[in-house]
Amino acid sequence: MKTEFIVLSAYDLMLASLLVLALIGLGARFGLGVSRTLTVAAIRTTVQLLLVGLVLEAVFTRARLSWILLIILVMMTVASWEILARQKRKLKGWWGFGVSAFSLFISSFMITLLALFAVIGADPWYTPQYMIPLLGMLLGNTMNGIALGMDRLVQTAWQQRAVIEQRLMLGQRDSEAIREIVRDSMRAGMIPIINAMAAAGVVSLPGMMTGQILAGSPPVEAVKYQILIMFLVTSGTGFAVITVLKLIAGRMFDARERLRFDRLLREH
Amino acid sequence: MLRLEDLQIPDIEAVNLTVAPAECVGLSGESGCGKTRLLRAIADMDEHGGQVYAEDITQDQVKAHEWRRRVTLLPSESLWWFDTVGQHFRAHQKYIEALGFTTDVMNWNVSRCSSGEKQRLSVLRMLANAPRVLLLDEPTANLDDANARRVEQMVSDYLEEHRAFAIWVSHDIEQLRRVSQRQCRLSQGRLMEVGQV
Repeated sequence: MKTEFIVLSAYDLMLASLLVLALIGLGARFGLGVSRTLTVAAIRTTVQLLLVGLVLEAVFTRARLSWILLIILVMMTVASWEILARQKRKLKGWWGFGVSAFSLFISSFMITLLALFAVIGADPWYTPQYMIPLLGMLLGNTMNGIALGMDRLVQTAWQQRAVIEQRLMLGQRDSEAIREIVRDSMRAGMIPIINAMAAAGVVSLPGMMTGQILAGSPPVEAVKYQILIMFLVTSGTGFAVITVLKLIAGRMFDARERLRFDRLLREH
Repeated sequence: MLRLEDLQIPDIEAVNLTVAPAECVGLSGESGCGKTRLLRAIADMDEHGGQVYAEDITQDQVKAHEWRRRVTLLPSESLWWFDTVGQHFRAHQKYIEALGFTTDVMNWNVSRCSSGEKQRLSVLRMLANAPRVLLLDEPTANLDDANARRVEQMVSDYLEEHRAFAIWVSHDIEQLRRVSQRQCRLSQGRLMEVGQV
C-alpha cells in the first residue's frame, strides 16, 4: 500500500507529549489538583490506543467474523460500564448495566449495521476497516448522550421527588408528573451532538474528517463521510437517549404509580 | 362511605375506620406516630395491606391516578412546579373568594407567595379536582387564626355541599373539635376513637 501522508515518528509524539508534561507541571505548581488525573489519562490514552492499533492491524489483515464480534462485545461492554461509572446516583447493578447495554445495542449497533448494509455496502458487510471505526464513533457519542441524559433524569427526579409526589397526589399520571424532567433530560443528552452539528465546518472541523484529509483524502470525499457520520451519530444518540429515559422513568414508578427509588437506586 | 378495612402499614395495628358522607374525622397523635403514613396509604402513595373503599370503589378497581383524583391527600408542605398559580389548576370563583383571594390570584407568581398563601392556594388546588375524599395533613399549620378559620369553614362547606368525606390531621385538639364530628388518636401503634376506650 502506498502511503501518501507524512508518517509520524516516535520523536514527533515525544515532542507533543512535552506539552502535556508541561501542563501537568503547571497544574502541580499551582495546586490545581488535575495533575494526577491528567497523568493517568495521558498514560491510558497512549497505552490503549497503541494496543488498539496493534489489534486493528491484526484484524484488518485477516477479517475473521468471530474476532470482530469479540471486539464489538468488548467495546459495548466497556461503553455500558462507562455510562454507569459516570452516574452521580448509582443505579442498581445489573439492571443499570442492562439498560445501558440494551440502549447502546439498539442504537449504535443497529445503526452501524444499517449503514454498512444500506449506505456503504462494504463487502463482506463486516469489513473491519468500516465496521469498527463506524461503531466506535457511534458508541462514543451515544455513550455520552446516554450518560448525560440518565444522570440528569435520575438526579433531577431525586431532588424533586417531593414535587413529583405532590403531582401524583393531585391525580396526575406518573408520566405527567415527570414530563418536564424527562424533556429536560432529553435536551441534556442531545445538546452535545446538536452543538457539534451546528458548529461543524464553521467553528470546528470534525475529527474524523480532519483525519481523512490529513491522510490524503480529497476534502469533499471526507466531508461526505463526515455528514454521514453526523446523521448516524445524531439518530443513534437520539434513539438511545429516548430508550434509556423511557426505561428509567418506567422503573421509577410501580404499577400503582408510586415513586419508587428503591427499585432504581442502590442507596436511597 | 369511606371505609378502611384492615389497612396495614408497618408498626401499626391493622386499621379499621368508617367515615360517613359529609363527615370529617379528626386524627391526632405524636409526631412520627404514623399519621402521615396512614394518609399516604389511603391515597395509595405507599405499599400497604388491606383495602380501602371510597363509596363503592376499592383502590385496585381503578387506576392509581384516578383513585387519587377521588381520594386526594393534601400534604402539610405545599409544593409548586410551574411559575404562576394559574398554570397549576383552574379554581371556582366562589372558592377563591371564600379563602380571601381575588381572581387575580391566578396570575400570581408562586415564588412571590408567602408560605401561608401557598398553603391556602394548595387547598384551592386540591378542591379543583372535586375529590370525594379529602385527606388533610395539618392543612392550617402555616396559617394565622383568621385564615385557619377560613380554611376550616371552606372544608366543612365543601363536605356538606358534596356529601364528601374527610380525615383531618392536626395537633390542635381545639381545632379538631371545631372541624370534626369524631376524633381519633393514633398512639403506640393503635388507632383509637377518643371518648370510647
